[in-house]
Amino acid sequence: MLDLKGVDAGYGAFQALFGISMRVNAGEAVAVIGANGAGKTTLMRVISGMLPASSGTMTMEGSDLRTTPPHKVVELGIAHVPESRRLFPRLSVEDNLRLGAYIPSARAHFAERLDYVYGLFPRLKERRGQFAGTMSGGEQQMCAIARALMSKPKLVLLDEPSMGLAPVIVQQVFDLVRRIRTEGYTVLIVEQNVSQVLKVADRAYLLEVGRIVQSGSSAELAASDEIRKAYMGI
Amino acid sequence: MITQKHIAWAVGLTALLLLPLLIRLMFPDTDRYYLHLVIQILIWAFIYTGWSMMGRFGLTSLGHGAFTGIGAYVTVLLWNFAGITPWIGIPVAMLVATLAGLLVGYPCFRMRITGHYFALLTLAFTEFVRLCIIGLRDWTGGSLGTQPTRYGDGLSFYAVQFEPNRVLAYYIVLAVWLIGLMIWVKVDRSMDRYALDAASQDEDAAASVGINVTREKLKITAVSSAMCAFGGAIYGQYQMYIGPETIAGLGVSLNIVFAVIAGGIWSLMGPTFGAVFTQVLAEGLRVGLRGSETLSKLLGQSALALDTFIYGLLLVLFIIYMPKGVIGTLAERFRQK
Repeated sequence: MLDLKGVDAGYGAFQALFGISMRVNAGEAVAVIGANGAGKTTLMRVISGMLPASSGTMTMEGSDLRTTPPHKVVELGIAHVPESRRLFPRLSVEDNLRLGAYIPSARAHFAERLDYVYGLFPRLKERRGQFAGTMSGGEQQMCAIARALMSKPKLVLLDEPSMGLAPVIVQQVFDLVRRIRTEGYTVLIVEQNVSQVLKVADRAYLLEVGRIVQSGSSAELAASDEIRKAYMGI
Repeated sequence: MITQKHIAWAVGLTALLLLPLLIRLMFPDTDRYYLHLVIQILIWAFIYTGWSMMGRFGLTSLGHGAFTGIGAYVTVLLWNFAGITPWIGIPVAMLVATLAGLLVGYPCFRMRITGHYFALLTLAFTEFVRLCIIGLRDWTGGSLGTQPTRYGDGLSFYAVQFEPNRVLAYYIVLAVWLIGLMIWVKVDRSMDRYALDAASQDEDAAASVGINVTREKLKITAVSSAMCAFGGAIYGQYQMYIGPETIAGLGVSLNIVFAVIAGGIWSLMGPTFGAVFTQVLAEGLRVGLRGSETLSKLLGQSALALDTFIYGLLLVLFIIYMPKGVIGTLAERFRQK
């Protein structure tokens, strides 16, 4: 579904990603793990078009992503749940969801999709009239995921969904991720919380200072001594 | 279905339609002056509403003094020097202003210039237009301003001149103002409003849900600059005088921003209330203070500046204590009860 080959990217003279090659197949949940500053968020921004790649190829179901402007990426079926949620704080929950269905193909099915996400997240229905910025962190994450689902995406990009949340809530967020998996979405998730994310994902890539240094099934990576020592504190 | 809101609108509109009659009954000798005041308020209310199209979405432009100026000057110059009727001149002026707005807007939006930097950039644009007007004094009359050539007795459909007939002028600007409100409502009910609201709160997130932020901003810039140019043109046709101080330049830009903030930027009637408030206040202070003999004895020449001083002071207080504007604050109180 998503295919990256030799992708370089950076900010000005600073190169953050070096020759990233990876793929996500339909129906999979793939994790990108790594420490702070490894380039995980940069990778997500490159895929969603926020940051242009400087070389390499990047396709979504055969369509060239590198030439797709950010606002068109979602029309290819990629929904990005950005780092630290990035809701529209001074809009109501329902208006946030309305904007999730902004693209013309989704706008026509707004009511339908709204029922669907309210069914998935009844809590959001209770809070529909509230400003999104006034909800708790976990609820905001829920709203951010729901907003992404409104466009009826094929691939959901989750950027550090557990960031800045209390441990109990982190657990709930990973439950949410499991739920959207069972709903049939393909998921690409970036996380620092390695032990948790490997339980959710089928496969994973390990990113270190902008390079993919290891990849394999989640079980393989979870069994690797290096990863256990460096990222799971075992 | 007829709601309370509809009734309020019907009553308000009827009152506005009957207003010239009312003024004549109340002030039989000075009705021209009071009508003039109301006409001014309505023209500025339209311009302020035009500015708020952008202002409410965090696009705080100090460039709208340029758009009103372009509207007024292009219309008048085309009439004076090429004999082109304002029926063509005004659309041309609106087009020029829109193109200027897009030309300034495009690089700003593309490079994500927002907030203070956007305000400064648009401020520079206003000054540029004002300096052009002053520099081209052979056509524009420079800093002294100029007048549209009077056509016949100054009442003409062809020349869009209506100044001598105040009642007619009133109904014309009333229609203009109502069109402004209709545009506001149309934008308010569109998906563009959500898109722009979202973009003003978080541009990246807005792009990630599929909003073409640059295009949305350009769209609203086009609407806003065209409206202000139209308002400026109508102002010139009514006043029969245009000058860089009165309809073009930074002073105009600042007045727009102050008045709208005082009135309330997020509500339909906010800009209109801002116009009522600032015009009545400025005029009241001018008549009240400059007419007072005790004050002029006490302060001499500086009494002349007192009204501007108090006006400025009140605006500062407003911005500090009523950041949502009068209408916004009242609406909030009302809701709490």
